[in-house]
Amino acid sequence: MNHLPRLCRAPLVGRPVLLAITRRLSSKVPPEPTWEEVDETKLPKPTKIDKDTIDHLERLALVDFANKEGISRLEAAIRFADQMFLVDTTGVEPMDSVLEDRELYLRADTVTEGNCKDEILRNAGKVVEDYFVAPPGNIPLPKKEEYDR
Amino acid sequence: MASSAHKFCVERILLSCRRSLRTCSRSYAKAKTKKDHTSPLPGGWQGRVGLEIHAQISSNSKLFSGSQVQFSAPPNTLVSPLDASLPGTLPVLNRRCVEAGVLTALALNCHINRRSLFDRKHYFYADLPAGYQITQQRLPLAVNGHMTFDVYDESRSQRQVLKSCQVRIKQLQLEQDSGKSLHDQENGEVLVDLNRAGVALMEIVTEPDMVDGAEAAAMVKELQLILQALGTCDGNMSEGSMRVDANISVSRSNEELGTRAEVKNINSAKFVQKAIEYEMQRQIRVLEGAGEVEEETRYFDWKAGKTISLRDKEQRHDYRYMPEPNLPPLIVYTDATSPRGMQDSVVNIDRIREQMPELPDTTRRRLVEKYGIQFQHSVALVGEGLVEYFETLIDVKGKGRDPRSAASWVLTDLLEQLHKRSLTFQECSVTASKLGEIVDLVGMGTISKSTGKKSVVLYKAHMLQLTCPTKYIFCWIFSQILGLLFDGDNRSLSQIIEENEWAQIRDEETLGRICDDILEKHTELVEAYRKGNVKVVNRLMGEVQKATNRCAEPTVTSRVLKLKLEEH
Repeated sequence: MNHLPRLCRAPLVGRPVLLAITRRLSSKVPPEPTWEEVDETKLPKPTKIDKDTIDHLERLALVDFANKEGISRLEAAIRFADQMFLVDTTGVEPMDSVLEDRELYLRADTVTEGNCKDEILRNAGKVVEDYFVAPPGNIPLPKKEEYDR
Repeated sequence: MASSAHKFCVERILLSCRRSLRTCSRSYAKAKTKKDHTSPLPGGWQGRVGLEIHAQISSNSKLFSGSQVQFSAPPNTLVSPLDASLPGTLPVLNRRCVEAGVLTALALNCHINRRSLFDRKHYFYADLPAGYQITQQRLPLAVNGHMTFDVYDESRSQRQVLKSCQVRIKQLQLEQDSGKSLHDQENGEVLVDLNRAGVALMEIVTEPDMVDGAEAAAMVKELQLILQALGTCDGNMSEGSMRVDANISVSRSNEELGTRAEVKNINSAKFVQKAIEYEMQRQIRVLEGAGEVEEETRYFDWKAGKTISLRDKEQRHDYRYMPEPNLPPLIVYTDATSPRGMQDSVVNIDRIREQMPELPDTTRRRLVEKYGIQFQHSVALVGEGLVEYFETLIDVKGKGRDPRSAASWVLTDLLEQLHKRSLTFQECSVTASKLGEIVDLVGMGTISKSTGKKSVVLYKAHMLQLTCPTKYIFCWIFSQILGLLFDGDNRSLSQIIEENEWAQIRDEETLGRICDDILEKHTELVEAYRKGNVKVVNRLMGEVQKATNRCAEPTVTSRVLKLKLEEH
């Protein structure tokens, strides 16, 4: 029942107004940028990525990055994320989303989009007869011979 | 032509007699026996099957975007920026899809979670542009349901109940479908069509409560009928509206469940059965050869009738589930909790329950109780989607059409014509009222009864066992007329009957003239009659029938013939 007042009010309040209200009420946002040095010694040991993991990730992602630069970039990204170990989360309940105390808005089942094939395909590197063309699958496919048997 | 019709008739009558005898031996109540868990597998092996059924929700637009849902549209025409995962797009949930999920869950006796959550399931594949599928993993829309279904004996033409089963439904969740990939092996390319990307699916997950392929196939068929009755999914497996993954394992009786293999994307009930039967046999062969069943994903090659490993086990799938950050929880309400003033924009379980249509199992019982038709006939009518047609056929005021005969007309003659022409029921050009007209004409005796003397004798002999005997006497002409109508014959029924000389001759004057002719031709028989041999009347009757293409009405003819003999 406590959704009631909010639900009733929501459609009456325009989006810019809502944004303005939210911004004013967000006391958690600091007024000034702050900067804090991260003490590297408190972080876990830097992660080294082995060849097998690279293979695995490449296959999953269909991205070719098994070179020196690619690997060091990945390791740097992991190192950056390591800083999160410094945050004390004791007693803090994990949060899914900042919207988790809201509820989903449901739309009516009407067709309002689509029919824009040319715009959609403009992003494609390669197109054949209005299909996107992708490299062969990362999941092993049954061989042609097996289909024809 | 007359003799082939005769033969046909006799065969039909014999067949129907056998059928009705079998029917007598089985009453409906008796069929509802307790589940029989005897395994058909050899060597004391026990099979276990759990199913994951992906049913496409019948909706105008997709689950999270406003693009249209339509089968076989030109590639990439039904794609919005969200479906193509373009940056900056956000999902907005379609209310119809939630309502369809709730209705289906209620029909499957599920508990509906008032609050459910969406998650991302990650995997990289060309037809999944976001790199994840939005699904419900932690807290699905509905849980803990069950459904019952009968396993029918499919080896015979009529549907006898072998056993009644119940399967527990673990959960029902809403999720997105992926796009479609076409594999161009020659050029080493994958062609991607995103029309299906983002279409709403209900994934219905069962507990491993089925023991073999026949049970699993029967479950899938019953679920298909339920979804069609609800209108939440068209159940069209050949178009991929319903796809089945089967988790299959075997173990020695009384042991724990064996290691399971998952056979993915099976697209017909028949293949569900075949895939499971093959897979169980394969696992037994492996285990009896002291090997081990690997936990893996396989696919069913219907051409070879085999399941084939997809060989992806070296890297166990890590879907990296995470909460979908763009979607707050989905809340569904009841009458008691529904916020006032918002009734039209929220999903209310009680309102949806009120819209629950009659489910297949209830329809079957109702047809039997209301019309007194055989249980198998009601199973067939429901299974073939012919209930409405059947009810239109018999619900004509003042016609008094016999429901039991009507069930046969529809199930035998109509379906035969449809199958012969490879038509689906939707393409049937003969309406229920047209079929009714033929039935009425036959009933009024306009169409000749005696398509063969033998059939009349058989008719009498088996009258007691037949439920709808008259039908089998007329069946040949009946199916001829039906055939002509299907072929697009525009003549009126009476015209068809007249021009084919199928009409019964009951006019005394005409019959008198024919009798005179016959008597003149067979003076020796007339002589024999005069000497007291009354039996020759039968021979003379036969001659009259031959002359009239068996259209002479027997009672009138016999009277006229005797009169003429006396006059001679």
